[in-house]
Amino acid sequence: MNNGLLQQMKKYRESYLLMLPYLLFFTVFTLVPVIVAVVISFTEYNMLTPARFVFLDNYIRMFLEDNVFLTAMSNMVRIAVIIGPVSYILCFFIAWVINDLNRTGRSILTTLFYVPAVVGGASWAVWRLLLSGDQYGLVNNFLMSLGIIFEPIAWTTEESAILPVIIIVQLWMSMGISFLSFIAGMQTVDQSLYEAGMIDGIRNRFQELWYVTLPSMLPQLVFGAVMQIISAFTVADVSVQLCGLPSTNYAGETIVTHIMDYGTIRYEFGYACAMSVVLVLLMQLSRALVTKVLSKVGS
Amino acid sequence: MHTKSLKRILHRRGKVGMKRRRSKVGSFFMFLGIFLLAAFMAFPLYYTVIQSLKPIDEIFRFPPTLYVNRPTMDNYGEMFRILANMWVPLSRYLFNTLMIAVLGTGLHVILAGMAAYPLAKHKFPGKDLIFAIIMLGLMFVPQVTFVPSFIIISKLGLLNTYWAQLLPTIGVSLGLFLMRQFMEQLPDAMMEAAKIDGATEFRVCFQIVFPSVKPAIVTVIIFQFINLWNLSGGDVVYNEELKTLTQAMSQISAANAYARYGPSMAAAVIMMLPPILIFVLLQRQVIETMTSAGIKG
Repeated sequence: MNNGLLQQMKKYRESYLLMLPYLLFFTVFTLVPVIVAVVISFTEYNMLTPARFVFLDNYIRMFLEDNVFLTAMSNMVRIAVIIGPVSYILCFFIAWVINDLNRTGRSILTTLFYVPAVVGGASWAVWRLLLSGDQYGLVNNFLMSLGIIFEPIAWTTEESAILPVIIIVQLWMSMGISFLSFIAGMQTVDQSLYEAGMIDGIRNRFQELWYVTLPSMLPQLVFGAVMQIISAFTVADVSVQLCGLPSTNYAGETIVTHIMDYGTIRYEFGYACAMSVVLVLLMQLSRALVTKVLSKVGS
Repeated sequence: MHTKSLKRILHRRGKVGMKRRRSKVGSFFMFLGIFLLAAFMAFPLYYTVIQSLKPIDEIFRFPPTLYVNRPTMDNYGEMFRILANMWVPLSRYLFNTLMIAVLGTGLHVILAGMAAYPLAKHKFPGKDLIFAIIMLGLMFVPQVTFVPSFIIISKLGLLNTYWAQLLPTIGVSLGLFLMRQFMEQLPDAMMEAAKIDGATEFRVCFQIVFPSVKPAIVTVIIFQFINLWNLSGGDVVYNEELKTLTQAMSQISAANAYARYGPSMAAAVIMMLPPILIFVLLQRQVIETMTSAGIKG
């Protein structure tokens, strides 16, 4: 038996050789960091003095002693619960509607919706300008000229405005890879299924969507969901770039910005790693949950 | 093979799509929704371009305007002047960014492609486990792992070198996943024939598999290049002459926000152009690749 396995492995020697270089990089720079994070999360470590084993202290501190972590957690959950589904549905809705267009219209709209996701850091300057706290800020100017508000709002520093601002800007840049995957998924649907559906008595486009389109593109739906979960749980740049690190009274703190705080400013690596571990677990959990929900589609 | 089937689908769409039932009212509201969303998406980009073309008196006009009366390229000139007077010349930043983007993209595509082929087509022991771990790696994005990565890079003695920015980008999961899913659809006969003629797996991979998955390769190149173009590397590189263009550009707008509205908008436009152009030119390949990029639930 064991001999058989070895022989199998020997037979596929070349396969392993082909994978080796990539796996080396993957292991050192993607996998090992996660293992290191788990190990360090049980210690107190700042790279200058040797690590001190503290077992669960970091985790206990997170949930029982660090109020800012709880703020970060509740912000992140709020952001993820809004951005995840809203962006996912928007991506799907847009892909669905523009799928009926001709090729030129489809390319133009695909580009328009996708571009904000790739311009990344180049867009912070214009958002700062749009959301500027004085009347030169276009958002303030517009709302005041309509008489909706009567004095300018400091969108990026006013505590109650921070979270909505982060969510809106993040939504703007969230039509990324899942959007492309939905557009592609729509094109793979076997057209004869639509004809068959019409014969079976599908009456409108929504029935067609539920009974034909969605089940046919389930793999893309799952892939898109995984990608959306990853980006919704790791929102940080928007908060740091627009509202600062830390933001006013931590109103824009997310788990990732909290990790930045402890990892790159305070050098408390043990605590920062413990938070990373919790974040990865949360992401895995919601991935399992969403995959389960999606398996019900079309039934 | 794959292109043909896609074309057939696109061709048939035209004929069949007409017959499917579409209520006019529904269409109207859906396109209204799309139009509003499109306006929301486009507006910040439009405003960036408009601001970058305004002369200084129009930039500070009150109330702010959504159009430009006398467009000028002054802001672009001013931006290049600021960059030319920086301690490190612009060409150095550009070189850094391009080197990281080109090397990082090239190495990732080749190495991940080599690994994707056996994962798609061979049935060796441990295959499912390896692929599952790589898929798990999709979630280990830099935002989550930057602290342990920093420790590892520092322990390897790579802090403050090009390698610190370059090496971690080679082993990411997404590119491998996209290529593997695409390769899985290739007919086995293609590779079997070559193997019967005595080709090694290595040759099969480079001479048969890679040329047949061009759309996937182009897609991974696009994603990776755009990512690396936007990379700022701030945590692991401290020397000014090792910094990327993204960092240099963000210094323009951060240094003096008010006096440099114009130039910082010009910088934003310049930084946005390459990713947008690349996507516009190569969009078709991306969509074709994404058709195979699904996860079975």
